[in-house]
Amino acid sequence: MIGGTGQPMNLQRVALASVMLVFLGLLNFTNAQENPNFDEVSIRVLPVRDNIYMLVGLGGNITVQVGENGVLVVDTQFAPLSEKIKATINDLAQSTSRYIIINTHVHLDHVGGNEALAQWAREHTGTAPQIIAHENVLVRVTAPPDENIPETQISPTAWPNAPYLTGFKDLYFNGEPIEILHQPEAHTDGDSMVFFRSSDVVSTGDIFTPGNYPVIDIARGGSVQGIINALNRLLRITVVEAFQEGGTKVIPGHGRLCEEADVVEYRNMITIIRDRVQNLINRGMSLQEVKNTRPTLDYDTEYGSDTGFWTTDMFIEAVYRSLSE
Amino acid sequence: MRRYVIFTNGLLVLSACLLIPGMSTLAQSDLTGFWVGLYHEDAPERLPGPQFGDYLELPLNEAGRMRADSYDPNRISAVQEFQCRPHGGDYSMRGLSVPLRIWEEYDPNTQQLIAVRTRTAWMEMERTIYMDGRAHPPEYAHHTWQGFSTGVWEGNMLSVTTTHLKPSYLRRNGVPRSAKATFTDHWVRHGNYLTVTTFIDDPVFLTEPLVRSSNWVFEPTMKMSPYSCEPATEMFVPEGTVPHYLPGQNPFNSEFSDLFGLPFEATRGGAETLYPEYRQEMGEIPTPPQCWRYCICTGLFNCPERPSPSPSTNGRTLE
Repeated sequence: MIGGTGQPMNLQRVALASVMLVFLGLLNFTNAQENPNFDEVSIRVLPVRDNIYMLVGLGGNITVQVGENGVLVVDTQFAPLSEKIKATINDLAQSTSRYIIINTHVHLDHVGGNEALAQWAREHTGTAPQIIAHENVLVRVTAPPDENIPETQISPTAWPNAPYLTGFKDLYFNGEPIEILHQPEAHTDGDSMVFFRSSDVVSTGDIFTPGNYPVIDIARGGSVQGIINALNRLLRITVVEAFQEGGTKVIPGHGRLCEEADVVEYRNMITIIRDRVQNLINRGMSLQEVKNTRPTLDYDTEYGSDTGFWTTDMFIEAVYRSLSE
Repeated sequence: MRRYVIFTNGLLVLSACLLIPGMSTLAQSDLTGFWVGLYHEDAPERLPGPQFGDYLELPLNEAGRMRADSYDPNRISAVQEFQCRPHGGDYSMRGLSVPLRIWEEYDPNTQQLIAVRTRTAWMEMERTIYMDGRAHPPEYAHHTWQGFSTGVWEGNMLSVTTTHLKPSYLRRNGVPRSAKATFTDHWVRHGNYLTVTTFIDDPVFLTEPLVRSSNWVFEPTMKMSPYSCEPATEMFVPEGTVPHYLPGQNPFNSEFSDLFGLPFEATRGGAETLYPEYRQEMGEIPTPPQCWRYCICTGLFNCPERPSPSPSTNGRTLE
């Protein structure tokens, strides 16, 4: 693969960064910690609407829907937090007769608790819970074990056992229709958004992370255009109540609870950055030359970071490579 | 005699204890009722709207300046979600606020004040200023246009702290204000006049707090009508279009400095330009031969964009 510099692209570096990012699972966007102490992490509950809650701990946000059918969980954060997550869900649950787990993508800060929650569900119900994810998530976790690819280390009991192969999957649970929508080539190649139609709540996974640049995991099939497409699709789903406020609630992969206006700002940001980098690529600039122009300067103080596992530098590089392919 | 002194002193202390809470209440002002905004301050910016490239009086950092430079006003038409967007809480007192209604809400059981509430007609902007000592929500709670406000009385001044704002603007020409910003209001009533002084802290776009004030006059006969707004297709553009200028390609950046004969650098904002010492750096500024825009702008209906044909009225000569 040849980039704008005429030099071979350093995909190894991007891949390594992605592996580090997933393996260490330290995507704590609000307070990057080198060595998180899971004992000190508490699981906080934010009621979103009706019987839907947002759980905030370390790693990706968890969405929990409870009702007479049982418990539906979107993403499961890190394995070491599972006991606390289970206790929190237990407090919220109205019925534990059935469990469903949906994974928005393959990263360990979103699927790390699958195994423990699945085991817990088996103890309650006698059967394994449904674990739903896009087929591409299953493909990645079932690949031959590779110590450099953390998702291949996941136990088979934590694998998606109800993958969907098409663009969407519907289900009806706890009295409301739920749409699981695949968004190709966005954060990864296996992203799903989960739309709770009656409650009017969308759980987005990491295609939307307010306050931080999106992680574009090129090694796992992500792309900047895919993220923009996903955000535009999300904006088609969201409906405001009045004066650009209220209406559909959006639970992001990381960060605060949001609404349509927040998604618009985020979509605008990444669309503008895409246009800037594309313009520089069209002018024949190399990656380093693009970085030297500081094309994200006006967004860095809001979304960027010089440290941690997803720096501004890595973001620009991912956008550049994504547009150069 | 000694017993009498002790008794008298005790009475005085008791009286003081009884009076102090009452005095505290008496020191507060009654802000409730209808108010009409006064726009003599910064009228051209607040009524017809700011010029492109006018960042005067704003302690912007490099990021804020670049973000503003990239703004294309077509965005508020092309991005339909922006069409019915209200002002942010920090700007809602600056824009068209005719009228402003203020009222108080009390707990029906305890008759304790829960909140001071405000509403302005345009986009039905409502603020709730909690007065019951409650804490602000956690950071991961959702943000709103008006934010989450708590207030305390400091003598006759109501001081309000606001967090949890949606991203918005400091000025309507694309100067941004982030969701990480917070602001403090100080509300003071002087007879029939109300002054609100706002201190905005934005670690994303400002290097120091932005301070500005707005004024109202009491007008108890005002009425407030409902307001409606529905987005519509104002431009035929592909889905996801976000109008903007690439860095260095905004042709309108110098329009403001050219029109008013100001040094371009002075119009770019920044903390150093806010203080009187900066006049020394500006040097001698040649006076434009004639004012061409907003020359007598003092109020809502007195802010013509162009001077009238008679130079003796709107198009007054500056010399």
